[in-house]
Amino acid sequence: MTLGSVPPKFKVTIDRDECMDCGRCIENCSYGVYRREGDRILIESRKCTACLRCVSMCPRDAITLTEKPVDYRSHPLWTREAREDIINQARSGKIILSGMGNARDLPVIYDRLLLDACQVTNPSIDPLREPMELRTYIGKKPSKLKFRKTESGDVELDTKLAPNLKLDTPIMIGHMSFGAISLNSQLSMAKAVAETGTFMGTGEGGLHKELYPYQDHMIVQVASGRFGVNIDYLERGAAIEIKIGQGAKPGIGGHLPGEKVNEEVSKTRMIPLGSDAISPAPHHDIYSIEDLVQLIRSLKEATEWKKPVFVKIAAVHNVAPIAAGIARSSADAVVIDGFRGGTGAAPKVFRDHVGIPIEAAIASVDQKLRDQGVRNEISIIASGGIRSSADLAKSIALGADAVYVGTAALVALGCRVCGNCYRNLCPWGIATQRPDLVSRLDPEAGAAQVSNLIHGWTLELSELMGAAGINSIESLRGNRDRLRGYMLDEGMLKILDVLPAGA
Amino acid sequence: MKTVRIDAKGMHYTPLNQKIRAAVADGAEEIILDNILGQRFIGDGLRGNVRITINGVPGGDLGMFMSGPTCIVNGNAEHAPGNTMDSGMLVIHGSAGDAVAHGMRGGKVFIKNNIGYRGGIHMKQYEVEARPILVVGGTAHSFLGEYMAGGLVLVLGIGKEKAMTDRGIGSGIHGGEIIIRGDVDDYLLGVGAKKFEFTESDLERISPVIKSFCEHFDLDPAEFLDTNYTRIGPASSRPFASKYVWE
Repeated sequence: MTLGSVPPKFKVTIDRDECMDCGRCIENCSYGVYRREGDRILIESRKCTACLRCVSMCPRDAITLTEKPVDYRSHPLWTREAREDIINQARSGKIILSGMGNARDLPVIYDRLLLDACQVTNPSIDPLREPMELRTYIGKKPSKLKFRKTESGDVELDTKLAPNLKLDTPIMIGHMSFGAISLNSQLSMAKAVAETGTFMGTGEGGLHKELYPYQDHMIVQVASGRFGVNIDYLERGAAIEIKIGQGAKPGIGGHLPGEKVNEEVSKTRMIPLGSDAISPAPHHDIYSIEDLVQLIRSLKEATEWKKPVFVKIAAVHNVAPIAAGIARSSADAVVIDGFRGGTGAAPKVFRDHVGIPIEAAIASVDQKLRDQGVRNEISIIASGGIRSSADLAKSIALGADAVYVGTAALVALGCRVCGNCYRNLCPWGIATQRPDLVSRLDPEAGAAQVSNLIHGWTLELSELMGAAGINSIESLRGNRDRLRGYMLDEGMLKILDVLPAGA
Repeated sequence: MKTVRIDAKGMHYTPLNQKIRAAVADGAEEIILDNILGQRFIGDGLRGNVRITINGVPGGDLGMFMSGPTCIVNGNAEHAPGNTMDSGMLVIHGSAGDAVAHGMRGGKVFIKNNIGYRGGIHMKQYEVEARPILVVGGTAHSFLGEYMAGGLVLVLGIGKEKAMTDRGIGSGIHGGEIIIRGDVDDYLLGVGAKKFEFTESDLERISPVIKSFCEHFDLDPAEFLDTNYTRIGPASSRPFASKYVWE
């Protein structure tokens, strides 16, 4: 009994009246949708991923793409996706892998939170005229400051301050490894963060030597595979991040398939050419919170206590007590990655069903740390599905110090979120190591686009703060009075500690 | 040879490591640490060719991220000596705890007696110069060489009827090799691990390691220079490839 084929996901058509037969669609499509036969461009729609490279490059706007051209009998429970996953597994008997973030149509809490603005009783602030303080320090803060008077009568700080990262804007770029993405993508983002006075993560892929000039803006990651980790790598980073979990796949490790481990990737990760790079689910030297303390301190001791050490966890049910444990573990910041966080590849069932929304996680972690009187001592970095300056402002109002963006930065580089990152065929030169595709991404142009995005969001954040009569990011942080919930249930409003609209 | 002696009695690990770093920066070629009692992170991230003699029992993560030095421990070691070590050598005249040589990418760790769980877990290698070696004189607990991606783990089983009696050897191994003195029961092997014949050419390959180990612990290498070993390696270099299908 054959299962037959499932309907193609997309239908591509060329308006032959508009088409000038230039063949750019053929050149640009790495998935092989187009081919020339005689004087005609033929189309194989089944191969299309809706990466939109052809549509963007067609000089005559002659290409039309339709999603789901053939549909199943409609059914609210047995969706197309449910049926196709079953067909796939009936054929293979395997775990289904998928790319990018959670693709389920679940309500987005950010979209049900509304920001405040001043009217009459207190004036709003014009960021054009008034300075807006967006500078953010990420790292441990002392619980109190001690001063001493010198003989000459001057006052000097007696408390030894822990190293902090100084951000000009509370937007950082999250960890995407060389291997998962191309060197040109990393270079684009590195140049952008250096220009905008912020930071990016290396992911667990080592630090390529071409990124050394930007190392003061790189946060180096230590994950369970320890790829590319040596003392040189640790010393180069501006900060070190221990990755415990990832929002797209909480509780499991990662596998970079051998196909993506080319010579440069092998050199940077320090693993053999073409071998799978397997990061186990746990760090096998961390089996308890005490062991986490030990890893944090070993990293600090190795770098002579000069670098802040962050700990990244996925937002899971007990995120608040876990973060509280991390706060007491000598970590300088806790990174929480929500269930919408992106990935190059994750088992679909994890991507779509494991973890909790970042909005709820920020609120509960911030609350727990405040209850325990340690919120002022540690920074909170939020990530996982932050799409705009509004999401950024809401994250800070819920209690984050700064955010990591991943997918948003990739979209600024051309990504159209087609979710085929794992195929090494990314036509935008982002999630691929194929030299001809990588060369499509010019790091200079890419850097300008990413830094434009960071600038744009920073301007919008200043405007939003000004409208709310706030001139310092510190006054927005955890200021949930400037949020109102719209169509959120009472339980969620309680978790978020936000009043409903109108209250 | 410039020697520096440090009395570590009651000293916290941070000032101890600062003293070690200062001594190395000052050109010390040999450092002797007395009264070591549980100080963690000795030699953490340390570079150079210095030889450190540790009298006592060091705490966890001895020689973590270490790049070059040699540490001789006259005593046992706590957990994870050689964790993510880059190069250099640890010689432990006693036993060590769990996760010995975890994620190690180069250098040598020689343990005279036994080790705990997860020894050599996730060891990896890159080209020829970065090939880590873990040798255990006695035996190891479960999950030896789990997720191993490269390097060599050698267990000699000295004084034991069987070198290995704990399960889960080499689960998920996708590179490198685990060589165990004598026979290893099939049920001790983890998923993805496979036994291979130990040949004369294997012996030739590892005999310098055996000789070096014996030299450090004053053992007669002749006793170990035969083909009475079991070699365990990956059943496939892509142990997880058949688990997944794309969306």
